[in-house]
Amino acid sequence: MIKVDGLSKSYGSFLALDDISFTCQPGRVTGFLGPNGAGKTTTMRIMAGLTPASRGEVTIGGHHFRDIPNPGRHVGVLLDASAQHDGRTGREVLTIGARTMGLPDSRVGEMLEQVSLTPAEAKRRVRNYSLGMRQRLGIAHALLGDPSVLILDEPANGLDPAGIRWMRGLLKAYAERGGTVLLSSHLLNEVELIADEMILIGRGRIVAQGDKKALLAERGTSTHVMALDSSRLEEALTANDVTWTPAGEGLAVEAEPVEVGRIAAEKGIVLIELRPAHGGLEELFLELTSDTQRDDITPGGPA
Amino acid sequence: MSAVTTTAVPTLDLSATSAVPFRRLIGVEVRKMSDTRAGMWLLGAVGLITVAVVTIFFFAADDGQRTFLNFMLTTASPQGFVLPVLGILLVTSEWGQRTTLTTFTLEPSRQRVIAAKVVAALLFGLVAIVLAVGIAALATVLAGEPGAWDDIGADDFAKFGILQIGGIMQGLAFGLIFLNSAAAIVSYFVLPLAVSIVAQIWAGFRDIAAWVDFNTAQQPLFSGVDVTGEQWAQLATASAIWILLPFLAGLVRVTRAEVK
Repeated sequence: MIKVDGLSKSYGSFLALDDISFTCQPGRVTGFLGPNGAGKTTTMRIMAGLTPASRGEVTIGGHHFRDIPNPGRHVGVLLDASAQHDGRTGREVLTIGARTMGLPDSRVGEMLEQVSLTPAEAKRRVRNYSLGMRQRLGIAHALLGDPSVLILDEPANGLDPAGIRWMRGLLKAYAERGGTVLLSSHLLNEVELIADEMILIGRGRIVAQGDKKALLAERGTSTHVMALDSSRLEEALTANDVTWTPAGEGLAVEAEPVEVGRIAAEKGIVLIELRPAHGGLEELFLELTSDTQRDDITPGGPA
Repeated sequence: MSAVTTTAVPTLDLSATSAVPFRRLIGVEVRKMSDTRAGMWLLGAVGLITVAVVTIFFFAADDGQRTFLNFMLTTASPQGFVLPVLGILLVTSEWGQRTTLTTFTLEPSRQRVIAAKVVAALLFGLVAIVLAVGIAALATVLAGEPGAWDDIGADDFAKFGILQIGGIMQGLAFGLIFLNSAAAIVSYFVLPLAVSIVAQIWAGFRDIAAWVDFNTAQQPLFSGVDVTGEQWAQLATASAIWILLPFLAGLVRVTRAEVK
C-alpha cells in the first residue's frame, strides 16, 4: 500500500537518505526501526509531502500524497505528538481536524474514548498533557478520518508498558481489518512487540527488512557455549575448524548448537551452558546498526 | 509457503472523496484564531480598545468635535496597532507551535491554506471595521451634537476600510516572511520607525518618502479631505512595497520550506 521507491534525500553534501526502497502491505504492521538520525522521520515527512525528495518517490495506494483529496480520510499521519498548540484543549485539537475533514463533531468523542482520554482530560489544554497523553491524542487524530493507511512516527515514545500493550492491541486490530500501518521506533523491543514486518535503517540506508522470523533465519546461526574447562573446548573447536570468539565467561561460536555439543561430547568436555545466541533481535539490531551508530560499540567484543 | 504472491501494490480508491472545500478551510482558520486564550485575548483587545478610545474621545473632545467621522477615525490608530498583530499571529502561531505538520497533512496545498488565512484575516478586519462604525455611531447618537452626521460619504468608509484591512494584511505578510511571532512583530513596528528616522536625517529621501514610506502614504486617509490621484498612486506603491512584496516573498518561502 505504501511504496517507497529509490528514495534519496540530501541536505547539501549530507546524504540523509540513500536510495531506500520498501513496501508496506495491508493487513500488516510494519515497524521502521533505526537509531536516532537514521532517516526515519525524514522518510515519513517525505511520505506526507512535507519534505521534497531529492530522488525517487513515495506512493500511497498508487498516489502521491499531495494528489489525495482530503488526505486525512485516507492516510492518518502522526509525525510529532508534541507538535500541537499548547493553548488548545485536546478536544479542540481533534475538533479542528474533524472540521477540516468534514466529519461530524460526534466523531471527536468517539476517538477520545477509543484512546482512553477521559472527558476531563480532553478539556485540559495540551500544555498540561504528559507525553503519553499527547501520543494518545496524536493517535486519535490520525484515526479521526477512519483512514486505511497509518503513518506513525515514534508513537510508542512516552507510553508506559501498559500503554504500549494497548497500542499493540489497537494497531493489530486495525491491521486485521485490512489497514496498513507503518510505525517508526528507535527501540527494538517496541517494534518487536507491535510489528509483523521490520525495516531496519541506519545512516539513511536500509540494512535489513522482512518479517521477524525471516530476519533471524537469514542470519546464520551462532551458539553461546560455556565449558567447565574453557581452554579444552577452545582447542577442540579450533581442531574442528570452527571459529569462535570469547564472549563474557563463555564463547561465541559460529556453528549450530548441535555441532558444538557433538564436538564437546567427543572430547568428553563438560558443558555448563549451551544455547543458540541472538535469541532476540536486539543483537541483530545492534550488529546491523553498530557501524552506523553514534556510540562506539565494538561488535563481538567481551560483553 | 511457496504460494505465488502477487507483488502488485494495492491501490487507494479515491473516487468517493472530494477535496476539502475552501469554505471549510476558512472556517477552520477563523476557529484556530479564536480557540486559544492568546487568540481570545487579542480579539477581545480589538473590541476593548475600540470601546475605550471612543469613550475617552467622547469625554475629552471639545464641543463640536463629537462627529461620527471623528469618532470613527479615532479608532483607526489603536485598532491599527492590534490588527496587524492578529494578522501576524494567524500565520506565526502555526509555525511556532508546529501545527503546520497537521495543517499541511490535512490540506497538502499550502497555497490554499495561505489563501484561507488571507480570507480569515479579511473577515477579522471586516468585523473590526463594523465594530468601529457601530460604536462610533452609538457615541455620535449619545453625544447628539448638531451636524455630527454631516459630510459622510462612501469614500470615508472606503478610506477607513483600506487603512484597517491594509494593516491586517501587512501583518499577515510579515508573518509569512518571518514565520516567527517575535521577529515579525518587532520588524513590523521597528522597520517603519527606521524609515521615518532616515526621512528625518536625509533630506533627499523626504521627497520620495510618500512613495515608499507606508505611514507617510497612509496619512491622507486619516484627514477628512479628498485624496488626490497622486496620493492614491503613492499609497499603491507604498502598499506594494510593504504588503505585496513581503507577502509574495513569504508565499514563496512557505511553499518551498520543509515543514518540520
